[in-house]
Amino acid sequence: MGIDLLYPKYEVVRNFDRCITCRVCERQCANEVHSYDPELKKMVADESKCVDCQRCVALCPTRALKIVETDNTFKKNANWKQQTIEEVYRQAGSGGVLLSSMGNPQEYPVYWDKMLINASQVTNPSIDPLREPMETKVFLGKKPKTIELDEAGNVKTALEPQIELELPIMFSAMSYGSISENAHKALARAATKMGTCYNTGEGGLNKELYQYGEHTIVQVASGRFGVHPDYLMAGQAIEIKMGQGAKPGIGGHLPGRKIGEKVSQTRMIPQGSDAISPAPHHDIYSIEDLRQLIFSLKEATNYTKPVIVKIAAVHNVAAIASGIARSGADIIAIDGFRGGTGAAPTRIRDNVGIPIELALAAVDQRLREEKIRNDISIVVGGSIRSASDVVKAIALGADACYIGTAALLAIGCHLCRKCQTGKCNWGIATQREDLVKRLNPDIATKRLENLLTAWNHEIQEMMGGMGINSIEALKGNRLMLRGIGLSEKELEILQIKHAGE
Amino acid sequence: MKRIYVNEEWCLGCHLCEYECAFANSGETNIVKAFKRDLKPIPRLHVEDAENGIHFAVSCRQCEVPYCVLGCITGALSRDEQGVIHIDDNKCIGCRTCMLMCPYGALTINHNKTVTKCELCTDNNQEPACVQNCPNNAIVFEERE
Amino acid sequence: MMKKKYVIIGNSAAGIGGVTGIRKEDKTGSILLISQEKYHTYSRPLISYWLQGKVTRENMSYRDDHFYEDNQCETRLGVAVTNIDADQKQLTLDNGETVEYEKLLISTGSVPFVPPIKGQKEAQNCFTFTTMKAAEGIKELLNEQSRVVILGAGLIGLKAAEAMINQCKSLHVIDLADKILPSILDSETAQYVKAHLEEKGMVFHLKTQIDKIEDQKTFLSDGAILDYDILVLAVGTRPATSLAEKAELKTARGIVTDTQQLTSQADIYAAGDCTMSYDMSAEMDKNMAILPNAYMQGEVAGLNMAGKATIFEKAFPINSLGLLGMHIFTAGDLNGECKSVTDGEDIKKFYFKGNYLKGFVLIGDFVRPGIYANLIRQQTDCSTIDMETMMKTPQLAAFNHNERFKKLSVAH
Repeated sequence: MGIDLLYPKYEVVRNFDRCITCRVCERQCANEVHSYDPELKKMVADESKCVDCQRCVALCPTRALKIVETDNTFKKNANWKQQTIEEVYRQAGSGGVLLSSMGNPQEYPVYWDKMLINASQVTNPSIDPLREPMETKVFLGKKPKTIELDEAGNVKTALEPQIELELPIMFSAMSYGSISENAHKALARAATKMGTCYNTGEGGLNKELYQYGEHTIVQVASGRFGVHPDYLMAGQAIEIKMGQGAKPGIGGHLPGRKIGEKVSQTRMIPQGSDAISPAPHHDIYSIEDLRQLIFSLKEATNYTKPVIVKIAAVHNVAAIASGIARSGADIIAIDGFRGGTGAAPTRIRDNVGIPIELALAAVDQRLREEKIRNDISIVVGGSIRSASDVVKAIALGADACYIGTAALLAIGCHLCRKCQTGKCNWGIATQREDLVKRLNPDIATKRLENLLTAWNHEIQEMMGGMGINSIEALKGNRLMLRGIGLSEKELEILQIKHAGE
Repeated sequence: MKRIYVNEEWCLGCHLCEYECAFANSGETNIVKAFKRDLKPIPRLHVEDAENGIHFAVSCRQCEVPYCVLGCITGALSRDEQGVIHIDDNKCIGCRTCMLMCPYGALTINHNKTVTKCELCTDNNQEPACVQNCPNNAIVFEERE
Repeated sequence: MMKKKYVIIGNSAAGIGGVTGIRKEDKTGSILLISQEKYHTYSRPLISYWLQGKVTRENMSYRDDHFYEDNQCETRLGVAVTNIDADQKQLTLDNGETVEYEKLLISTGSVPFVPPIKGQKEAQNCFTFTTMKAAEGIKELLNEQSRVVILGAGLIGLKAAEAMINQCKSLHVIDLADKILPSILDSETAQYVKAHLEEKGMVFHLKTQIDKIEDQKTFLSDGAILDYDILVLAVGTRPATSLAEKAELKTARGIVTDTQQLTSQADIYAAGDCTMSYDMSAEMDKNMAILPNAYMQGEVAGLNMAGKATIFEKAFPINSLGLLGMHIFTAGDLNGECKSVTDGEDIKKFYFKGNYLKGFVLIGDFVRPGIYANLIRQQTDCSTIDMETMMKTPQLAAFNHNERFKKLSVAH
């Protein structure tokens, strides 16, 4: 076997003056880190299994625990960081592809944090959202070129189907299988209550969730998991998943250990073996093929559902978007390279794709130049972390945002990034019944509702501050943004001025 | 009348309710100190850990026909107007007849050998301690008929 | 002549149950409670604790000081009923009063059986042990030099022994049976308890009786002669049915009652130790002197007297007692098929008839025994639950999910 070159990353620090040996940490750790030693009459911990999910820390009634990064360090090396070295050790040990979960954690520029929002002073005064009406409602879908009204003032022009949202934020695609049934229930219920939508991801749709269909976007991915006619009719819209920000160019990956009976039934696949979606849809090799699929889906649903095409943000995203806009899609969803995932090869997650901020700006700009911006709505995702990110995204041209990681954080995720093990201690990224139990949808739904309510209010405050009272007026309003610490080129791509200009 | 009910599907068997119950009824102000004593506080409800990952807490049902009260040989157990069943610690002589009468096994023995059970500790909070501290809403305090 | 709607004879568990039962249904009808003993209702089993020094006289009250007032119950304490005229519905009291009643509850309890032993009537310092008066009498005599002899190794005899063992010089217990606690334990468990009590200093003479009492000496049938300073006769109690018999009510092993506690005479009810009732575990009629049953019968009688039809048909023997640190739980009938579950030093024996638990004996520091008792009470078919797990530890998890839901998730 040789020497184990991997030292545990975390240390479990227990304050024995506070520990009352209640053993709650022991009972609640799916990784079996804590145990009670009856001879020593103390709690002991095996830190090699700890993933820093913070479950024990949160539940300890006396706050006797903390998890710290080990200060056992390799010699400092700006090029060969400890993490990098450990990854080589891991691969030398396993011979396999490194697998990771959640979004790209590496040091790359975060453009949201380099853009600043305007506020009104003196002229064009601020609007107080608590006193005056603020329109955060958004309609996603193809907008007509002209509108004709009849004598009574009603719209005569036939409109393409739209998704109506009370606020410009939706829950992004997270498949049933990567996350638990209880997580899906919570997302569905919160979306319904708040007047927005959630996305089934490529795991199909649970029978019990059909009742929330009006607030569901059903996804058709390359593996076509769970796709059948009832499924297509069940949702408010259909999303064709061409790519995902976390792993552009490859398909989805659900480890076999997360595929039990229910997941198997919903996805219509066998239990226990890895479910790997192919990279391309094997019936789509060109924009024309995409157009065919879009219209097959529209035919199958009687043209009642808008069709979304989701792509990853990659180098030629603007050209791709232009093609998609012309292919008959109603909405384009772009997923930036920081987007989360249940499981992806580490190298692809960390090195492939481009930031959503730049992709969004490029796509919006290109569609305007080609005068087809109104043919398609743009939804962006891939690390929208706060209401200010949403405001900036809309100002850059988005119609609405998808949130994934933020939603999971709201219901308890601590970003320990071990989703692929299927032992999520918070009951989110797991299928183990005893762990899924930990996510009570009543509690989770309330927290998601709270998150959206809070963000909605903040968006209104920021808009009000700018003297804007509707999302429509904020959309693509690049003058409301200024860059800070950005190069000429970055400013040019984002089409915003530098702060001070 | 509001009672404590357990939603078995959400109970994780973490036992936090037992610790918080014991502390809330111990008369102590510091949970660490309470449990560092030689005689540790005793919980008034009991979490059963069954097979197949099933867990649930059992506490006094505050029955309308309270067998414990009917059987008590000293009159230490009584039911108040709200319907909550109380134990007068001064009158209890620890004969344990009530433990033998209770169909739920809701009574347990104190350090001083008298019996104790859930009396819906709402004096200190608006909600019993177990309900307040359950991390998964498995224990609730509500009216049900 | 007094006229009362409800009259209750007896001031212990069943009588008090009667008052409570009546008041649940009828808040205004007049109640008169008559008791031979002159005290406010007190918990009879506590006389041994009082003798032991574990409770004060004040703490022995079965209900608080204003119980009668709160329940608008008039009392005649220290007064005996001399006659019941069932046809005229009248009672004669020994203080000269007469009372006319609409509904009568006889809850006269039991009287100690005094065996016909040669020399018993003249015997000095000889007591039975069922009243406060007896306990007071003994306490006056009891000191560290006392030699105590107790006839009867049943519940009363042993509780008396427990009360005195640490306050006297010597203590002997005599019983004709071949085991102690013959009414509630089998031979094996009785031996186990006896060994514990012997360790604490009690001396037992089993399969023996007292032939003669003379000059404060007891002459035993096995030849031994025991001097005594205090002699307690605790060979059992009999239901106090003399008044009922005189009134020509049907009696057998106690006053005969139906499940509504009605006797053979209209408008006369009976409850508690003085009755014969159906033991659902042994499936036969018996006199059961069990406090919880007495109280429950009393309440049911009261409710029926006040016009609310109620039945009580779940009576079975149930006993919880501690004897010098050893705790014993028994319930039901011990004649079935026995399953013993070892648990270290503790004893756990279950008695079945087919799939039904009929009785059990637990000796040790057990928790939640009521779950077992409820199996008897509800006549649970034990093949529908996980009986193996249940016998190891009493638990609701042995029931299936739906049963548990009914127990824990709806109001009771």
